[in-house]
Amino acid sequence: MAALTPISRKPMSMVLPVTAAAGGFFGLFLGTANGSGLLGVVLGAAIITGLAAFYIFVLKNEALAKWITIASMAVVGFLLGGIALMIVGALAGWFYHWFIYWLYEGRYRARLLPYLTPKQVLWHYGFRVICGAIFVFLITPILVVMPLSFNAQDFFTFTPEMLRLDPAGYSLKHYQDFFNNNEWQRSFKNSLIIAPIATVISVSLGTLAAIGLSQSHVPFRRAIMAVLISPMIVPLIISATGMFFFYSDIGNWLEGSLGLPKSFVGYVKVVLAHAVLGIPFVIITVTATLVGFDNSLTRAAANMGAGPVTTFFRVQMPLILPGVISGGLFAFITSFDEVVVVLFVGSAGQKTLPWQMFTGLREQISPTILAVATILVAISIMLLATVEMLRRRSERLRGMSPT
Amino acid sequence: MTDTAATGGPVLAADGTPLKKSLARALRIQKLRALALIAPLLIFVLVSFIIPIGTMLSRSVANDLVADTLPLTVVALESWDAESGELPDEPVYAAFVTDMVAAIAVKRHTRLGTRLNYEQTGMSSLFRKSGRKIKKLDPAADAPFKDTLIGINKDWGDVETWKVLKTHSVRITNGYFLNAIDMRRTPEGAQAQPEDKQILVTLFQRTLIMSLVITASCIVLGYPVAWILANLPARTANVLMILVLLPFWTSLLVRTSAWKVMLQQQGVINEVLVWVGLVADDARLVMINNQFGTIVAMTHILLPFMILPMYSVMQTIKPTYVRAAKSMGATDWTAFWRIYFPLSVPGIGAGSILVFILAIGYYITPEIVGGTKGVFISNRIAYHISSSLNWGLAAALGAILLAVVLILYWAYDKIVGIDNVKLG
Repeated sequence: MAALTPISRKPMSMVLPVTAAAGGFFGLFLGTANGSGLLGVVLGAAIITGLAAFYIFVLKNEALAKWITIASMAVVGFLLGGIALMIVGALAGWFYHWFIYWLYEGRYRARLLPYLTPKQVLWHYGFRVICGAIFVFLITPILVVMPLSFNAQDFFTFTPEMLRLDPAGYSLKHYQDFFNNNEWQRSFKNSLIIAPIATVISVSLGTLAAIGLSQSHVPFRRAIMAVLISPMIVPLIISATGMFFFYSDIGNWLEGSLGLPKSFVGYVKVVLAHAVLGIPFVIITVTATLVGFDNSLTRAAANMGAGPVTTFFRVQMPLILPGVISGGLFAFITSFDEVVVVLFVGSAGQKTLPWQMFTGLREQISPTILAVATILVAISIMLLATVEMLRRRSERLRGMSPT
Repeated sequence: MTDTAATGGPVLAADGTPLKKSLARALRIQKLRALALIAPLLIFVLVSFIIPIGTMLSRSVANDLVADTLPLTVVALESWDAESGELPDEPVYAAFVTDMVAAIAVKRHTRLGTRLNYEQTGMSSLFRKSGRKIKKLDPAADAPFKDTLIGINKDWGDVETWKVLKTHSVRITNGYFLNAIDMRRTPEGAQAQPEDKQILVTLFQRTLIMSLVITASCIVLGYPVAWILANLPARTANVLMILVLLPFWTSLLVRTSAWKVMLQQQGVINEVLVWVGLVADDARLVMINNQFGTIVAMTHILLPFMILPMYSVMQTIKPTYVRAAKSMGATDWTAFWRIYFPLSVPGIGAGSILVFILAIGYYITPEIVGGTKGVFISNRIAYHISSSLNWGLAAALGAILLAVVLILYWAYDKIVGIDNVKLG
């Protein structure tokens, strides 16, 4: 499509006002930050329009214009507010150079259909700007946490040192606190004990049930499915209170009648409670994988003398493995991330990482939470990458996607 | 085979049984095998999830404590007319002392006091204080008791005290449900709570309204994103999809703490606004510990649950439909509103129900960023379970919340089908 639309230079009556508006917009922020918004708008508009006119009428050399803009804006930024603003200035310089030429050469039309009206073109880019803003909304909170976790102060905000990119403003002390503090380490260890065991239980039971559910003749299929999915739907607080009464009875029985040690019983209770919460995710992902499963493969295996168990492990399992693993990852993250149920069912000995974070957020708020948050984001990025890889592999195996 | 068919008898399978029977048996075995595979999980979920929730909810009507602790009094009170405005007669007092002496011996009278205190303040201390003195009485010898009891505490000479006892002596009560909708059980039937105790209906309304606002803002923010993901080339869309999936996979507490960092008075947003000069340093915006904070944080947290169903529906809408409409003279807006939008409604429906169900039962985020004005009904349930220990009321509130959620779940099943839920 790119080659379809011929591009041509645009008249100055369009280029200059638009660049002036863009310059004024940036100038507004700089202006209000330094005292006068109006002055900022006027100066910003004037400077950018001047630059545009200079490049178009006098310089006529795009590569040179690019470096001039970047360098001059970086210098202005450095004079106004040090290294951090210098970087902002350089980025702004790059952007304004690109924007001036994008408008002037008519490049914005290059990838669009030739017959679009100017209004449609404006909407096309306006819509993209709106979507970009929503993506920024989605991702900013997660990105903001990361640099803040390296804060040398016990603040939850950027200190002037950090904004100046001064190495003294950054430190690893919150990470040190996380790795040296007994409470955090114990809760981290508890999470690492509880989540994998709960995952194994929900994956093994869930996979079997999903295979059962995807057979052709299952009585009460809808009702069974509704029951198995319900832990995902019932509000967590209701699940938690229900399990609170149930597991306190079970716990008393295990401790009293069977004489099991208290901490062991505590873990059993939390693990079982979390296993139930993870089941819907396993059921959903595994049944989704089984939708594309070719049943003649099991018949072929049976035909060649394989028993049901051999068939399952040698034929069915390798094919549905991606679904099983991604279901398992969902179950893992559900347990690893769960607070409400463990608050009610567990006792202090089973304090998990989210629980520790929750009390930290509610009571004495310490920046160590941000270090933990950054570590957790890193973990979720790894999990996300694994799931994506598995999904693509599964689609390729089943021939559903050409990529 | 051929000769049986020729003789007109039933078609036989290889082992000689009639084919119909043999097929029925095969089907039965298949069904049993499927059920056997499902059974372990189904039993596990039923026993450790469905039944516990059921028993928990049954606490919302169970009220055995009064009748179990004061069996004789309850029987004696049956003949007393609460409407008469007169105190019960001596037999009631005698029965009460007998019951109390037995209850004090096993220390159950304080629990009863706590239970009745939910209905009328002051009952807890009345039972505790009188208990110490009633302990010294001998049910056989110290009669008559009416004046003795009134001497111990003048509240025993108050008709209201006996009215409360009589009203709450039934074993199955609607009292907790009435409390849950800001009413109370009285001898004259259900009545409104006093003004200063009416908070729960407001809380239900707030939960509903805020969930609706969150769902609506998720639609507004999610629709453009889903559209652009579904209409961009696959390569670009996959990259942008990561921006949606990363928040989805990130821990809930991480996102909540991130919003706390962003929204607080010394937080990132306020700092930026002050630096830019849009807000004066002494007039920083209050964006946390109120409804605004809850709505913003929960919209962010639930947005992926809206985008993903919308995206999977929009992916199936063929771009040729809109092009056909335009070729027949529709403007951009008409083509979108009359062709594309109706086709995308199932995605909006699926996403909205999912988001609404999740929002209405949320606990963690409102607890942390909601302050007092931004909390949900879930937070009240948690308060009654762990702090005030009024489990009956908590169960009644939970039952109402669960009923709303289950109706929506049923609707979701009808509209989308639970099998069609997609993750990631």
